[in-house]
Amino acid sequence: MTGLWIFLGVFAVVAVVLVLYVIMVYNRLIRAGVEVDNGWAQIDVQLKRRYDLIPNLVETVKGYASHEKETLDAVISARAKAVQVHDASNTGAKEIGQAEGELTQALGRLMAVAEAYPDLKANTNFLSLQEELTSTENKIGFSRQHYNDTVARYEVGRTTFPANIVVGIFNFEKKEYFEVENEAEKAAPQVSFS
Amino acid sequence: MDKRISEKASAYPGSITFHDLIRKNKRDSVLLMVLMILLGVAIGAIIGGVIIPVGAGTYDSAKAATHDYARLADRDVMSDEFVQDSEDIAGRAKPTRVLGLDLSVFGDAAFYLPSLLLGAGVALVVAVMGAFWSYFQGANAILRMVHAQQITPELDPELFNVVDEMRLAAGLPMPKVYLIPESAMNAFATGRDPENGVVAITTGLRSKLNRDELQGVIAHEMAHIRHYDIRFSLLMATMVGLIVMACDIFLRMTFYTRAGRRSDSKGGGAAYIVVFIVAILLAIIAPLLAKLIQMAYSRKREYLADAGAVELTRNPMGLASALRKLAGDDEPLVDTANRGTAHMFIINPLRKMRRSHQNVSSLFCSHPPVEDRIARLMALNR
Repeated sequence: MTGLWIFLGVFAVVAVVLVLYVIMVYNRLIRAGVEVDNGWAQIDVQLKRRYDLIPNLVETVKGYASHEKETLDAVISARAKAVQVHDASNTGAKEIGQAEGELTQALGRLMAVAEAYPDLKANTNFLSLQEELTSTENKIGFSRQHYNDTVARYEVGRTTFPANIVVGIFNFEKKEYFEVENEAEKAAPQVSFS
Repeated sequence: MDKRISEKASAYPGSITFHDLIRKNKRDSVLLMVLMILLGVAIGAIIGGVIIPVGAGTYDSAKAATHDYARLADRDVMSDEFVQDSEDIAGRAKPTRVLGLDLSVFGDAAFYLPSLLLGAGVALVVAVMGAFWSYFQGANAILRMVHAQQITPELDPELFNVVDEMRLAAGLPMPKVYLIPESAMNAFATGRDPENGVVAITTGLRSKLNRDELQGVIAHEMAHIRHYDIRFSLLMATMVGLIVMACDIFLRMTFYTRAGRRSDSKGGGAAYIVVFIVAILLAIIAPLLAKLIQMAYSRKREYLADAGAVELTRNPMGLASALRKLAGDDEPLVDTANRGTAHMFIINPLRKMRRSHQNVSSLFCSHPPVEDRIARLMALNR
């Protein structure tokens, strides 16, 4: 009789510990998932901010360097493509990253071209747009850095043993890293105009 | 200076990353926090252990009572002697009472205990109220004190953008940004949690930094906010205050006991001298020790914020270069900083403290030597 009670007692303790562990893992992953989504929302704000800044910048540059049509058109079409990819439903972080990389490269070429026009560089409107654009690109970079850190934390929590057994029950989805496909940007992630 | 820095930097292993430094400094500061708690517990235990012998009179009166009652037991219950003895015993037992508690265990110190307890109570209430006030209002008070001006994106777009970039890297809400109209070079962070974060920088520092350096400084401040350093340093300061207070009360209590009416008791003299010496040593050493732990903790948190800044910017050279410029500045922050607020700044704002800490790692400094800080950052840049 006592043997049965001991067995039942041990069983109950193990069951309680198991349930607590499952709750803990579940809550931890939910929290990490929310952090990942927040991180993505922050990136999104900055991406939209950049889309909004570009037409102004193109107009300003056009006033001083209208015959740099090719470079300007490249920026406009890269922006259009990035917006399209961004707004299309069911595009993952990977496709967006690729389009953003192309946009960054086109903008880089435009800024390089602008260097040749002293009048343009003296324009206060251009200067403030340049600061805003530099900062927005930095912000995209830093929010991406934070986002990828949170994704890494989420993925470690999701895939390591024994938590991955619990994950199997609740079907936590894999989250994608946000990589910007741009070799030049990888080499120098922060643009400084100081 | 450069040679010393590169020598110090090469002492670190080549594979060292900011992750290693963050882990190490977090572990060290947790250890120091535990050490402080242990010191507090030890002080409590020692005071408790010494106070009980102070009440040695209890032992004497207990022995006397045993004797009295033994005599009483021999008497006939109805006899006059029994009544007489009972009244004698009752007359002798006059325990000191405060709020209905028998305090005779404290011996003669009990005579002064009510006033001591009252003093301690008032001090405790004041300390806790002070801590609460600085927890909820400290940020506003210090900003008013330095005539800080809140910055909007229009007033200084670059500064505002850099702060925005760093808070995105840390994944925190946007803190308030303030400029302090002073030519001395310094910056600080405050606010009880990231939702109430404040970052402030002097105009002197703001005007001398390029964007990368500014980013490094702001990242250092953001790391302080992210690590809840305001909360932890307040906790440390409160613990130091309580330890100092406990030692002070203990010392006073011992003085009163010594000066009290026990001088006539036989054999008590030697014991009281020992207690007296222990009390004095304790009252002098413990607060000093607490202060040392607090400062060591503060230095660890500075190193942690430096490593945390690199985690945010991934560019150790920005902060290193800013620190180099800060080290060259010799102007103290007049009226703004005192010992109580020094730990909040990126570099020690008190001139005499900074002079000494640039070369030697003084045990009583709230900040590590600037050279050592730069060396660690250089080590991360290989």
